[in-house]
Amino acid sequence: MSEMLLQVRGVETYYGNIIALRGVDLDVQQGEIVTLIGANGAGKTTLMMTICGTPRAREGQIIFDGEDITQLPTHDIMHRSIAQSPEGRRIFPRMTVLENLQMGAILNEEETFGEDLELVYGLFPVLAERSEQRGGTLSGGEQQMLAIARALMGRPKLLLLDEPSLGLAPKIVKQIFSVIKDLNASRGLTVFLVEQNAYHALKLADRGYVMVNGRITMTGTGSELLHKEEVRAAYLEGAV
Amino acid sequence: MSAASAKSGLDFPAALKDAGLAALIALALSIAMLFFRTVDFQGNLILEKRWTLAGTTVLIVFAGRLALNLFWFPRRGGLGLFKIASSALPARFAELGKWMAPVLIVFAVVLPFLPASNRYIMDLAILVLTYVMLGWGLNIVVGLAGLLDLGYVAFYAVGAYSYALIATTFDWSFWVCLPLAGMFAALWGIILGFPVLRLRGDYLAIVTLAFGEIIRIVLLNWYTLTNGPDGITRIPRPSFFGLEFKRFGDGTFANYFNIEYSSMHRIVFLYYVILVLALITSALTIRLRRLPIGRAWEAMREDEIACRSLGINITNTKLTAFSIGAMFGGFAGSFFATRQGFISPESFTFIESAIILAIVVLGGMGSQIGVAIAAIVMIGGLELLRDLDALKQLFGDNFDPALYRMLLFGLAMVGIMVWRPRGLVSSRAPTVVLREHKARSADLVKEGHG
Ligand SMILES: Nc1ncnc2c1ncn2[C@@H]1O[C@H](COP(=O)(O)OP(=O)(O)OP(=O)(O)O)[C@@H](O)[C@H]1O
Ligand SMILES: [Mg+2]
Repeated sequence: MSEMLLQVRGVETYYGNIIALRGVDLDVQQGEIVTLIGANGAGKTTLMMTICGTPRAREGQIIFDGEDITQLPTHDIMHRSIAQSPEGRRIFPRMTVLENLQMGAILNEEETFGEDLELVYGLFPVLAERSEQRGGTLSGGEQQMLAIARALMGRPKLLLLDEPSLGLAPKIVKQIFSVIKDLNASRGLTVFLVEQNAYHALKLADRGYVMVNGRITMTGTGSELLHKEEVRAAYLEGAV
Repeated sequence: MSAASAKSGLDFPAALKDAGLAALIALALSIAMLFFRTVDFQGNLILEKRWTLAGTTVLIVFAGRLALNLFWFPRRGGLGLFKIASSALPARFAELGKWMAPVLIVFAVVLPFLPASNRYIMDLAILVLTYVMLGWGLNIVVGLAGLLDLGYVAFYAVGAYSYALIATTFDWSFWVCLPLAGMFAALWGIILGFPVLRLRGDYLAIVTLAFGEIIRIVLLNWYTLTNGPDGITRIPRPSFFGLEFKRFGDGTFANYFNIEYSSMHRIVFLYYVILVLALITSALTIRLRRLPIGRAWEAMREDEIACRSLGINITNTKLTAFSIGAMFGGFAGSFFATRQGFISPESFTFIESAIILAIVVLGGMGSQIGVAIAAIVMIGGLELLRDLDALKQLFGDNFDPALYRMLLFGLAMVGIMVWRPRGLVSSRAPTVVLREHKARSADLVKEGHG
């Protein structure tokens, strides 16, 4: 029954003449949580950004919802029910929480705004309390919640998250991950999660990929990877 | 919070700052209300400049405010000034903006009818309003979209020359040419926009600077079209719904309304034209800020990458900012041309761009009221400095005021930037607030857990 939502086929991405992705294959099915883990500089962010069209893949194909999006400009790709919470959050610091959320919904009809706002305020009550506060003055955890909430305002089918746990206390990480789990379970939201925090990510995800040096070296279900010796040695040192 | 109030001992620099601010406001107000007075001198109206009165007022305000800050506010729980002078100052400025804007608008509307207004004041007011409009136009590009444009004068020039050339060649009226001039300027905004799409910050500034110079040099050298350094003369004046402002002949304004001809009629009419043009600029900007395009401008200023990831087309966003900003520059330019009756490339040098940019930066990058106040202070201030004879009394007869005009001006600018590094009105008003959000958010919290 599961339908393919995102297919990455032999994608190669370069920064100038330097190769960053060396033929990546990856699938995300409708309703799945898929995680991508790997060391610093492995190319995880590059892959996520390539899916969004900047930088563009030099080789290979990216298919979203049956449509080849490899050559589309970024803003066209983001019009297609893909939303992203980028690395480093990148919220708009001088805008209020509410304005940030409004930016997330900028491509939508105005009618659905209130409804979507209720949804994200329900998921992250702290944002509702801080609705009028400037984004830049939020704490790191609140900023991350805002980044995710802003992405959700676009009503995505596929949510791309780049290291949402970066620099957050374990308790906040748990809260954010449980929100992701809830969204996936209750609304069937498909999630592609890039993480350094391999333990939590693999526990949460249905399937995972391991990236080394711009290549996918391992794949399997979350718990398979969690119990693989190579994964444990490389990414889970002292985590369990 | 508690740390701030605990610290509120005698904070002298803050008190000084706050008093300086009060003095500045007093200065701005007293220029119009105290400084100038018309007196009857041997049957002629002349303008008396009351340096002592205005100066004393400002000094009294300064001293009074300082005394209040030092002795009165701390006693009222220590929260009077010191908090205000540091963190809450922008918020208070925003409060100020709420009543300041209507007051300024009403003042601008009645200005021609005030007993004190004469030819000199009206000319100065027209000049100030032209810069207010230019400031508001550039504010879209620099303040909202965050694109540092050092060549804004190019669009001013394009507007002025478009109007001058069309009006002198085809004999079309000002009101037909005005939109055309705006369109030409907008077109040039797009032409500038394309090559600089990928540039930001310093690099963008350099290219726009060059663009401004290129336009000026082309105007200077394209003799067959622009008449080069000799400029274009006899540019038609605007008419009041077809009624000309002339002394003689039928169908003149004075004739139609059966009033005696006065050269002030045209001046006052021009004043209202630029006032309306400026207010339209401001109203449109305020409106645009609430629309997706305006929000995209501001978001782009904050973070271009985040904008892209939200599906915003950065190319279009930049080009619209350049072209709409340029369009207002073009309107102001054609107004300038029709008011002067004569234009030459000399009016469109880099210093003009610099002054307009200074107005936007001093005003606080994005604040409408801030830009207006900055324009009044800058242009009004420059004009006041033109006539520094009063300083002779201070420094003796050997003192040549003209030499010091730019120096004093520069000092004042440095002072303002030291004192308010983010401009006069640095707080940014949100474009959207939730009504009754407290009540609603409480509901939502429950829902979220339920
Ligand atoms: N804009 C860029 N120009 C040149 N090289 C880049 C650029 N962005 C990334 N790289 C390089 O590409 C490689 C992959 O970087 P990427 O950001 O994708 O890593 P990552 O897996 O996300 O790492 P991290 O976990 O630290 O975020 C790195 O070697 C990096 O230096
Ligand atoms: Mg990364």
